[in-house]
Amino acid sequence: MIRDKNELAKALAETGYVADEGLATALLLMELLGRPLLLEGEAGVGKTEVAKALAALHDTDLIRLQCYEGLDRSDALYEWNYQRQLLAIKAHEGSGEDAQSIEDALFSEKYLLERPLLAAIRQDKPPVLLIDEVDRADEEFEAFLLELLSDYQVSIPELGTVTATSIPKVVLTSNGTRELSDALRRRCLYHYVDYPDVGREAQILRTRVPGIDAVLALQIAELMARLRKEDLAKVPGVAETIDWAAALVGLGGRNLHEDRELVFDTLACVLKTREDQARITREVTDRLLGKVA
Amino acid sequence: MAAHALEGSEQIGAAMRVRLAGFVRMLRDNGFKVGLAETTDALALLATGPARRQADLRGAFRALFCGRRSDWLKFDALFDAYWTGKGVKSAVKVSGSHSGNTPKTLRHLSDDAATTEIGPAGDVERRAGEAEEGEEDPAGKREGASRAENLAKTDFRKIADPEAVAQAHALAERLAHAMRVRLTRRDRQRRKGPRLDLRRTLRRSIGHGGTPIELVRKGPREKQLRIVVLLDASGSMNNYTGVFTRFVHGILDSFREAEAFLFHTRLVHVSSALKERDAARALDRMGLMAQGVGGGTKIGEALAEFNRWHAARVIHSRTCVMILSDGYDTGDPERLGAEMAALRRRCKRIVWLNPLIGWQGYEPTAAGMAAALPHVDLFAPAHTLESLAALEPYLAKL
Repeated sequence: MIRDKNELAKALAETGYVADEGLATALLLMELLGRPLLLEGEAGVGKTEVAKALAALHDTDLIRLQCYEGLDRSDALYEWNYQRQLLAIKAHEGSGEDAQSIEDALFSEKYLLERPLLAAIRQDKPPVLLIDEVDRADEEFEAFLLELLSDYQVSIPELGTVTATSIPKVVLTSNGTRELSDALRRRCLYHYVDYPDVGREAQILRTRVPGIDAVLALQIAELMARLRKEDLAKVPGVAETIDWAAALVGLGGRNLHEDRELVFDTLACVLKTREDQARITREVTDRLLGKVA
Repeated sequence: MAAHALEGSEQIGAAMRVRLAGFVRMLRDNGFKVGLAETTDALALLATGPARRQADLRGAFRALFCGRRSDWLKFDALFDAYWTGKGVKSAVKVSGSHSGNTPKTLRHLSDDAATTEIGPAGDVERRAGEAEEGEEDPAGKREGASRAENLAKTDFRKIADPEAVAQAHALAERLAHAMRVRLTRRDRQRRKGPRLDLRRTLRRSIGHGGTPIELVRKGPREKQLRIVVLLDASGSMNNYTGVFTRFVHGILDSFREAEAFLFHTRLVHVSSALKERDAARALDRMGLMAQGVGGGTKIGEALAEFNRWHAARVIHSRTCVMILSDGYDTGDPERLGAEMAALRRRCKRIVWLNPLIGWQGYEPTAAGMAAALPHVDLFAPAHTLESLAALEPYLAKL
């Protein structure tokens, strides 16, 4: 087991995720304390990527539960396969079996549909369980989640209690749509994921965009940092930066200063609303570029 | 929930335990929600985990003790103040009462190796004082500015007597909770609905020998009721602002979907200030935002501003707009009428709570009130706790 944050950061980098020191520490604590990790931050800063990287690091499955308003236990935990159950009832008709044995057969493992949460606690190898955008789910669901995360067991009326065969590594993400309960926050370790600084974003580009020149990566990262300070309706995230860098490289860009025309034409990769596109005019682009080394 | 991968927290000396307890208390004083489990885990980390060196301690404690972004932003300053005794930012001063007595006694406790490794116990209080006076220290300047603001702010807590305030708060809390329970029962069963509820259909079929005769469907999901409060904070409302503010705080606290605005001569969005869990702190923050309270009310203009800048974002089809005002308006009544009409078109209900209605012989004759009245769905008194309680059945029907 990795016991040092630098070692962990290095291992993560090998999976393609460039983590800062704070995140590496939080991930290390997650291992040591066995607590879930709550990641908050703006959309597009790479919260979900953390879970993917963690799964790659441990060479284990990533099980994802995407939360939404109205998500309930049957969507998240388990459901019976009703169609098959109905067919089975038909098939048993006239077979002379007694009702009890038919019912037992109907509510057995065979007809159980695992949903992400149940699947996560029934793996042989501890998976990474990503509970994405937990703030979108209702408060009732959050309370249920809290219960599951403390006991790692669930009860299915027809089957009995299912105890975890392995405790998953749980990563929760939140965009701040709704204030999460203190109980859930206290249950978790916390890390606020910010936009990466210029150096780290350049490093991310070098890891994620094949064939990118180090100078170009740094220039792009600097321009993105300046762009994020502009008054934008939708601040571009890291994914946008990667797209844009890939586009620039693909179109033969080598240096932002030499390819100004190309820069302006490809800005659509990072500006995702009409207002933002109108706001970042040619002049603004030139001004921003002027400050880039 | 204790550290399963760690043991040996008993190696930590008594002095270090006390130091840690002091830090936890300081965090709690600054609004962190830290429990016993976190402290236990912190001890375990100190003993064997990655927190043996001070540089690592910071990161580890940050992940462990922070619960939200505001904690995250405050943490470094607090950590420095406590563990390294560097310049203290204004946040530390919020702690006030008890953090004073621990550090001094602790400076003599050097018997524990861990203490010297972590660094000497910081003398938080004294250094905080220095930072205030040091003119070249930017943190010190900020401190001075916030004190000036404190002097100018209105103290909402002192307006009503504590018992009534507590009652109003509890009531708002209960009211809001009752409504929430009723309104979050989504996915109601319906005869007609788009989605077949197979789980229930199959259960019902047992009585028919497994043939699904009765089909149970799920109804369409209803949007949550949202409450938008517009609170009049003008001079004429002075006697009521305190208790109303607590009421609004209760609503924001319990309702997932609630927004609050405060208006006098202009409109201020105060949801974020009031969403602070600690009521007293929330009111303090709002007091700062409400500066300039008093003077004439321009309800029409405040509503126009609301309609122009906020309505599209905060109002949806199941929104109840609640206006808390006496209706004394120094602006143009025609404008008020027009803006009320515009608001009425957007939302589901407008409730106008007027503390004056409770007064004997009150007639809504003020020009502003008269202009607004045709667009109001419910015009109700709000001068006593009972009158607020009487609202519950109405709101629950929405």
